[in-house]
Amino acid sequence: MRQFGIFILKETLHIWRDKRTLFILIGMPIAQILIFGFALTNEVKNSNIAILNPAKDKASRQIIDRIEASKYFDVYQELNKPEDIDLAFKSGKIKMVIVFQSKFESELEKNHRGDIQLIADGSDPNTATTLVNYASAIIRDYQTELIQLNKLPYSIRTELRMLYNPQLKGAFNFVPGVMSMILLLVCTLMTSISIVREKELGTMEILLASPVQPFMIIGAKAVPYFLLSLVNIATILLLSVYVLEIPIRGSLLLLVLSSMLFIITALILGLFISTITDSQMTAMFIAMVGMFLPTVMLSGFMFPIENMPLPLRIMSNVVPAKWYFIIVKSIMIKGLGISAIIKELGILFGMMIIFLGLAIRNFKIRLA
Amino acid sequence: MSSLRFLLQKEFNQIRRNPAILRMMFIMPVIQLIVLPFAANYEVKEIKLAIVDQDHSSYTRECTQKIISGKYFNLSSYNQSYGPAIIEVEQDKADLILTFPPNFEKDLIRESEASVFLAVNGINGVKASLGAAYLQMILRDYNQDIRSRLMQFPRFNPEPLVEISYRFFYNQHLLYPVFMVPGILTLLLTMIGMFLASLNIVREKEIGTIEQINVTPIKKYHFILGKLIPFWLMSQVVLTIGLVVSRVVYGIHVGNHLELIYLFSAIYMLAVLGLGLLISTYSNTQQQAVLVSFFLMMVFILLSGLYTSIDSMPFWAKVITWFNPVAYFVAVMRMVVIKGSGFWDIASHLAIIFAFALFLISWAILNYRKRT
Amino acid sequence: MQFENKVIIVDSLTKKFGDFIAVDRISFDVGQGEIFGFLGANGAGKTTAMKILCGLSKPTSGKAIVAGYSIDKDVELIKTKIGYMSQKFSLYDDLTISENLNFYGGIYGLSSKQIKNKMNQLLNQLELENEKNNLVKSLPLGWKQKLSFSISIFHDPKIVFLDEPTGGVDPITRREFWELIYAAATRGTTVFVTTHYMDEAEYCDRVCIMVDGKIEALNTPGQLRQIFKASSMDQVFYTLARNAKRSELT
Repeated sequence: MRQFGIFILKETLHIWRDKRTLFILIGMPIAQILIFGFALTNEVKNSNIAILNPAKDKASRQIIDRIEASKYFDVYQELNKPEDIDLAFKSGKIKMVIVFQSKFESELEKNHRGDIQLIADGSDPNTATTLVNYASAIIRDYQTELIQLNKLPYSIRTELRMLYNPQLKGAFNFVPGVMSMILLLVCTLMTSISIVREKELGTMEILLASPVQPFMIIGAKAVPYFLLSLVNIATILLLSVYVLEIPIRGSLLLLVLSSMLFIITALILGLFISTITDSQMTAMFIAMVGMFLPTVMLSGFMFPIENMPLPLRIMSNVVPAKWYFIIVKSIMIKGLGISAIIKELGILFGMMIIFLGLAIRNFKIRLA
Repeated sequence: MSSLRFLLQKEFNQIRRNPAILRMMFIMPVIQLIVLPFAANYEVKEIKLAIVDQDHSSYTRECTQKIISGKYFNLSSYNQSYGPAIIEVEQDKADLILTFPPNFEKDLIRESEASVFLAVNGINGVKASLGAAYLQMILRDYNQDIRSRLMQFPRFNPEPLVEISYRFFYNQHLLYPVFMVPGILTLLLTMIGMFLASLNIVREKEIGTIEQINVTPIKKYHFILGKLIPFWLMSQVVLTIGLVVSRVVYGIHVGNHLELIYLFSAIYMLAVLGLGLLISTYSNTQQQAVLVSFFLMMVFILLSGLYTSIDSMPFWAKVITWFNPVAYFVAVMRMVVIKGSGFWDIASHLAIIFAFALFLISWAILNYRKRT
Repeated sequence: MQFENKVIIVDSLTKKFGDFIAVDRISFDVGQGEIFGFLGANGAGKTTAMKILCGLSKPTSGKAIVAGYSIDKDVELIKTKIGYMSQKFSLYDDLTISENLNFYGGIYGLSSKQIKNKMNQLLNQLELENEKNNLVKSLPLGWKQKLSFSISIFHDPKIVFLDEPTGGVDPITRREFWELIYAAATRGTTVFVTTHYMDEAEYCDRVCIMVDGKIEALNTPGQLRQIFKASSMDQVFYTLARNAKRSELT
């Protein structure tokens, strides 16, 4: 035990002496949570649009005013002819064009039907559909007022309540997501580098030649990063609660314990990676280029997993961040207890065991 | 100039000797490019809806029927009480709950107005608002049906109606891959480039071969260029492979403007590699270099406009994107590949990226010291 | 033996790292063709001094002229005239012997024909002709060292700087190494070598002993032994170092 402690001390000193890296390891999650918490949102606002309005009558201008007034749209330009639409899109400056039929108002009054066409830039489908929906909603509201009946007979009224996140703040979705991503990638990266570095420098051999159990050598590397990650979790949670105003509705203790499980799993994954390569560069490549995008895209916070084709849904199950993301959401935002996340905890635990088993197996093969 | 030639020879030899990295550099992007775009899908469909029907009238059943026969919603459960429904939301088995209160029918017929209650899981804002919007749309339609039935309206509708139709340019059927593939290709190129460049000089520092270089009369800018050019060439190769994959797997044509893509990516990679080399000149260990690169990559990627829209970001975040080269590339890729934009449309992007490249590479050269 | 034509002239060279004075106003010269040894314990400042003369480190104060150029103004020109072998024998492990030679030869401006001829000569001398397409990684340590040295003089520099070149090899290889050094010196190359192996001092024409950043002795090995009434350079050094320790204690 004492030997273990000595190793942990050595590893901690390594990390402590490299102030720059330490600074990045602690400062990076802070900066990222702040940036992403505030900047990332799935909402679409302030989109530049263009109007093609041959009618230029009161009704069409009223609708345009409404559109302009909404926070979703900025009217960037007025076009003169349909041929200009393509050019306007190609220039990349506008995302949607609202086209009024000529003589819009008179058609509306005489034939009781006015046509508006919304042409959206399909190269960004998400924004396109959202903009179309927003614009349609604004136009329909106008229409309701036009009818000048406050209440139609036989109306069904809808009362809408947003659960967990009444203001639909993007941070509620992104902060747990970014949290799981950072913890996974950084822990994996740091442990794998730390171990492979010793291999590259040749000092690993020296340690292996000593009477110390290999397990202790490796474990001692993980411990300081474990503690560092706890510091990161603490700072992230503090920021989330006090700066981003995301509540922790469930048990803080449960959240911390689950996070610890996740961190350990990530560290062991890093350990596993270190057993399959001898070069720092390869280890970093695997973590950076190999794991980064799949974690971002398959962990569920960027794209809904249930929409993905089956093979990808299966793949996403292998990404540890996916399960941790669900856990954080459940505890922090939904305020649920342990019974709700038993399955996810179990899966993380299972992953940890599997990675550990693979790592040990690889290690033994090399020594033999 | 000739020392540059020898530097390049050396770099290429070293690269050749590292088959693991070469393999990873070409295979990993291809795999990710083929697989990941399928994941990118914001379409709101198959929303899980739990219906709580406390009325059990023909109207509520009819309404339910109408909702679930459409393409947007899947019925996760049909209950009489709210409790089970909310548990489903907790377990992510349902995204929304529609509740018909008791006396729904009575209120509708007698009082001429009835309410329904919609509870939506708001954690994912887009899903929530779009889901709610679709459901309300269906309810409005249903309302119109009932109204015309109950009021025995003549078919003629005296109220003025604004008829909204919509169309999408360039990507008629809103295929998400068309949107995602060029973007992901950009990200992969950026990651590989920055990663390799940022590690390279530090590696020589760590091993010690850099001293041997510093003691020769090699000029600083030769040295930096010698590191830049091989990776730059390789990145163009990866780009080509990526474009081929896009064509073969996704049928994405680059239209007439293939040369624009190469032009932009050529300059773009200079900027990215320059940034990587710059990081390398400031780092003492590979660990530091990779961490800084990782941090920047994350910020660049998440704020690139590929996943979430830049327009919706607060002003200070938009300012960050002005300095984010990835954002420019994503925009250009979309414009050229999907919309077929031309040279003048992307001219300003080109100029900015060129300025970045010049600035970053110069800074790297200036910052590199042969003598400490 | 007198060495005309000073190729290195050092005047009050100092290097400080914050408060720590690594090199403390040292002054000396070295003549052409001389084998000049720079001895001292680890941390005495010899490697730092050498790096200044090679243009790898900037002095805090003082002047030096190396191969006719001043380290203030013409550092890059100095580099065209010198060779260097670092402590870590920095050859590229993942390149073959011939690839390493081609690279360094080219960097110093040798033509392909010159490189080819010299390479054959070198490989012959070291008996490595059959290994020329092998990766440096595969060479045993002693060969790597000899190869590193040969590469450092590949371009026939006026002065070659060797930083602790014989660390970790067996005595026979060390002897062979020094034979290479003699050969170079005989051809007119000045050899500036740092080492903490005191017995190697005997191989040098003159030896300079550094203690705590200062030059405590500078003379031929023979003279030094006489002056310090020592039977070996080891003893000379021990005497000097002991003095230094004493001054630390008072």
